[in-house]
Amino acid sequence: MTVGLFVPCYIDQLYPFVAVATLELLERFGCDVVYPRDQTCCGQPMANAGCVEDAAGAHRVFTEQFSRFDYIVGPSGSCVLHVREHMAGPASKDSLGAVRAAAREVAGKDVGARTYELCQFLVDVLEIDRLDVSFAHRVGLHAACHGLRGLRIARASEIQAEPYDHVADLLGMVDGLELVELARTDECCGFGGTFAVSEEAVSVRMGRDRLADHLRGGAEVITSTDMSCLMHLDGLILREKLPVRVLHVAEILAGHVDARRAAFAGRRASFAGGWS
Amino acid sequence: MSRAFVELPVVDHAANAARFNADAERTGWHDAALWHVRRKRDQAASAVPEWEALRELASQIKEHTLSRLDEYLVAFEERAAANGVHVHWAADAAEHNRIVHGILELRGVRRMVKSKSMLTEECGLNPYLEARGIEIVDTDLGERIVQLAGEAPSHIVMPAIHVKKEEIGALFHERMGTEAGSTDPQYLTEAARQDLRARFLEADAAVTGVNFAVAETGGFVVVTNEGNADLGAHLAPVHVACMGIEKLIPKAEHLGVFLRLLARSATGQPLSIYTSHFHRPAPGRELHVVLVDNGRSDQLDRADFRASLKCIRCGACMNTCPVYRRSGGHSYGSTIPGPIGSILTPGFDLEKYAALPFASTLCGSCSDVCPVKIDIHQQLFAWRQVAAREGAVSRSKRRMMRLVGRVFGRPAWYRGAGRLARGLLRSLPRRLLYSRGNVWGRSRELPEAPRHSFGDWFDEHRGNR
Repeated sequence: MTVGLFVPCYIDQLYPFVAVATLELLERFGCDVVYPRDQTCCGQPMANAGCVEDAAGAHRVFTEQFSRFDYIVGPSGSCVLHVREHMAGPASKDSLGAVRAAAREVAGKDVGARTYELCQFLVDVLEIDRLDVSFAHRVGLHAACHGLRGLRIARASEIQAEPYDHVADLLGMVDGLELVELARTDECCGFGGTFAVSEEAVSVRMGRDRLADHLRGGAEVITSTDMSCLMHLDGLILREKLPVRVLHVAEILAGHVDARRAAFAGRRASFAGGWS
Repeated sequence: MSRAFVELPVVDHAANAARFNADAERTGWHDAALWHVRRKRDQAASAVPEWEALRELASQIKEHTLSRLDEYLVAFEERAAANGVHVHWAADAAEHNRIVHGILELRGVRRMVKSKSMLTEECGLNPYLEARGIEIVDTDLGERIVQLAGEAPSHIVMPAIHVKKEEIGALFHERMGTEAGSTDPQYLTEAARQDLRARFLEADAAVTGVNFAVAETGGFVVVTNEGNADLGAHLAPVHVACMGIEKLIPKAEHLGVFLRLLARSATGQPLSIYTSHFHRPAPGRELHVVLVDNGRSDQLDRADFRASLKCIRCGACMNTCPVYRRSGGHSYGSTIPGPIGSILTPGFDLEKYAALPFASTLCGSCSDVCPVKIDIHQQLFAWRQVAAREGAVSRSKRRMMRLVGRVFGRPAWYRGAGRLARGLLRSLPRRLLYSRGNVWGRSRELPEAPRHSFGDWFDEHRGNR
């Protein structure tokens, strides 16, 4: 099975070790992974800011880079949701119709339906049931909204149906990992793209409230399908010197967190105590 | 949302929210109060095994009704008229206010009681009638509190949810002579009840809202927890019920769907305390229904946004919204605040309310909690597109997006821009990096920039493709 590795722009630039972990995971489970070198961004930043027309270039690049693959997999529920819903979704509503029609014209086939968030792909397509990896820490799972309510990776707390959670299931396969209980299981962290800046006060308050919940639960690590939520939370953690760290779920599932991060060490290189 | 209301400047939700958040303790209190209601809703909904099927059914009934709204409205008018109800049509808020005033003036009404009606708030009925010498008393406890405080409701189901009991005690002491310093909810409620009782008895007319109007019977349903709509309507010789045209449902049997959803979604109650069905005036009395458009037909005409008219005004989207809970209803500057208000109000005045669709993280909780399955977060997204296209988004933001969009359309530019940004993040002194323009950095650290991107790593370790 040939998988096109979709690396969201901010992961490419700021969290390359998350992309490496994703690549390693997919290869470990037998995927023939291709990284299309000229990919840029899915177009979500422009679209969510109300300027979906300005995302046309990103949409064109994405479809050119990825339309040849059986599966397209990326470590972000939010970017994948944009591709599925806003870039290549059904053109039924008038304000987005033209954009989607243009994307489909380039794609030829339905790129959206073949694009998966990593955990969704591991569970729904690869159907993996063991990981052979350990991470002996107390972990808080931040349910990122777009994966949760957009891709339905887990049951949202509003919905009255049998609970399920693909991400928690995967983390449950990690030896020694203990998930902490949260008072609010799936409240938004307040990142929201440009919202983080345009509505700074509410965004920061939402982030602080999420962190307090994880800390009350005794989390040593907060993990999520989306590094963007974690970037926002980490910004607060570092500023307020809180005793908790963020890790993308791919890093935990792939194991060897420290070694991978060390290869990309930046200014704040040392992860005191280390995570193994 | 009002057209007739005093014109306010452009709503700056972010600035209003920042003011709200300046009091961190109060923000936490407000958030917790509304989250508690959301939890009660979860418990009530989970007790109904067919909850999701009910939501779907309610959504479909509303979709159907909206697709034939004209026919159902005419059918409703015919049945209601046959029952002896006076039916009036108002194209906008101004006409609504004129009609209600006309009814009251003809009967020489000086004093009027009103049960909760967001429509009359939307139309600015209170100031309109007060300016014409008619005394209006809001009889819903929450609405009475905000009326006495000279404020607008901050929530459509719990209008005074932003007011603390200490503040209510002080307000009642000043306005109703309750004991100074008293904060006991039971004592304060009883004081309001006694005060209102006298006003019910002396009222010449009662205005109520409408929760559901039934096309097949010409009747309508008003839901309250306090019985104030009933007391007003049964004591006064004239009852005027004001409703938006989207309140219609085809059949009485459909009430069985909506009533099961409404109170559970709103407050977590299986049913509101009073569910009152009105069909015809009592002998010697008058019953009027005012059907109000006020922009609803325009919204019906917008393919992206017509589903917003399915709303049954339960307020669940407000209770669940992490932004509403931490910014307060008044920050939206509209009669209907929160997620549903943010997709309704831009249709009234895009320039004024253009900030509201951006007052959201698009987390989608509103859509999942909505009992009639309005795709609220999708409509927020769609309104953003409309706002930018119509020039209601700042020029600097649009220029920035155009630039960023161009970069993302050219892989080489993207790689170059990424390298530059990482270089700056790594090399700029902290003083420059965290200068005033860096809004992110006011309370948060910027991410650490690695020396190499993933693309660089891939080229080095895996060869070029």
